[in-house]
Amino acid sequence: MSAEEIKEIIIREILEIAPEMTEGDIDPDAHIQRSLEIDSFDFLRILTALNKAIGVEVPEADYGKVDTLNHMVDYFVTHLEKR
Amino acid sequence: MSTFVMPSLGADMQSAVLMEWKVKEGDRVKKGDVIAEVETSKGVIEIEVFEEGIVEKILVTEETEAKVGTPLAIIRSVDESSAAEEEPTGFDMAAETKETEPLSIPIPPVSDEPDEPDEPVETQRVKSSPLARKKAKESGIELSTLAEGDKPIHLAQVESQKRSVTPAMSGMRQAIAKAMSRSNAEIPHYYLSTSINMTSALRWLEEQNRNRTIEDRILPAALLIRAVVRTLREVPQLNGFWMDDTLHLSEAVNPGIAIALRKEGLITPALLNAEHMDLDATMRSFSDLVTRTRSGKLRSSEITQQTITITNLGDLGVDRVYGVIYPPQVALVGFGRIMDTPWAEGDALSVRKVMQATLAGDHRATDGRTGGEFLNKLDQILQRPEELL
Repeated sequence: MSAEEIKEIIIREILEIAPEMTEGDIDPDAHIQRSLEIDSFDFLRILTALNKAIGVEVPEADYGKVDTLNHMVDYFVTHLEKR
Repeated sequence: MSTFVMPSLGADMQSAVLMEWKVKEGDRVKKGDVIAEVETSKGVIEIEVFEEGIVEKILVTEETEAKVGTPLAIIRSVDESSAAEEEPTGFDMAAETKETEPLSIPIPPVSDEPDEPDEPVETQRVKSSPLARKKAKESGIELSTLAEGDKPIHLAQVESQKRSVTPAMSGMRQAIAKAMSRSNAEIPHYYLSTSINMTSALRWLEEQNRNRTIEDRILPAALLIRAVVRTLREVPQLNGFWMDDTLHLSEAVNPGIAIALRKEGLITPALLNAEHMDLDATMRSFSDLVTRTRSGKLRSSEITQQTITITNLGDLGVDRVYGVIYPPQVALVGFGRIMDTPWAEGDALSVRKVMQATLAGDHRATDGRTGGEFLNKLDQILQRPEELL
């Protein structure tokens, strides 16, 4: 899976939770939860959906590494490569 | 024999549209069964029956607006024979309102047939609720512009569209406005606050979650709900209602969980009978409740039977919540964000994860002493999270 594909999947899952947003509203370097008003419940739902789609489970201890879109893409790319 | 009437789904509700019957005449129903869906300012609500019996007769057709108290169906108890001559009972609510006008107002089917007969044939019929159609017609909104796939369009969507055109208040905004005005006018609130050291509770939760799959992970929000429910067992005076100048305690603990909607407003549906749930069950029910609230599929019991409210604004970065009690409840528990804070223990100063817990209490029902006891017990319980499993 390429970084571009992963990014697409992440954006799709974010928009699933926040349907009133568009791709253009997602600043790749902004804190996802704060900038898009996603609470901890919806954030967990996004990570659950990403685990299903990409096959990488983000442990709670790594939440700091998936705070922005760009960080999230990096995180999933790195963890897919490790396998 | 009894009459099933349009229930009141909130002090502000006057009527609702019966959207769909989930039963037909002759069906057997038992307590808690969903028998119909109605559309209100809170979205589509599944209404439940509170007795066992057989649906003898359906009195109101689908897509009909009915006032609170309007008889909707006649339910015959199982051992009763079908006796049409018997006088239906249970008209109390309807009788009380002493309405002389007809109780149900059928809404003429609008916009199914285009007004202009030469409308192009390729115009697709848009699935929508009758209230949505009515509102759209009134406000001159083209329903097809709101369609998202095949999903039927609901009132809330039309209203949010309308808001962007005119600054009119949505039904939900009005409902919140009414309830909160009543609260502030009637309830003498008192407020208490305490700092709770959440370090060990969070560490324990992290430990738990490390051994769980992502689907079974427990959020701090669920742990806090469980802790409040557990505390209410020791301080039950805050779990109930103020009615007829008396405090009525509730045996069931049905915390109303304040859930913000993405578009606008909030709903505080109840986590019913939370006193029987362990931590896992609390998380599952909480998760289910948030999902259904945000997709507009709540049950009537969930929006009418709250016994206390829990508001967690920690995700918004708020330090402390000063809540407004939802009448006729007598208390609201508020949680702010969990912050790294200097914390003194003995003579040592360290940094701990600290949260402000607040209690808004109805001073007619309880005093600060009871509220203080509640917050104190809550703190103690959160220091022993393993007992909340």
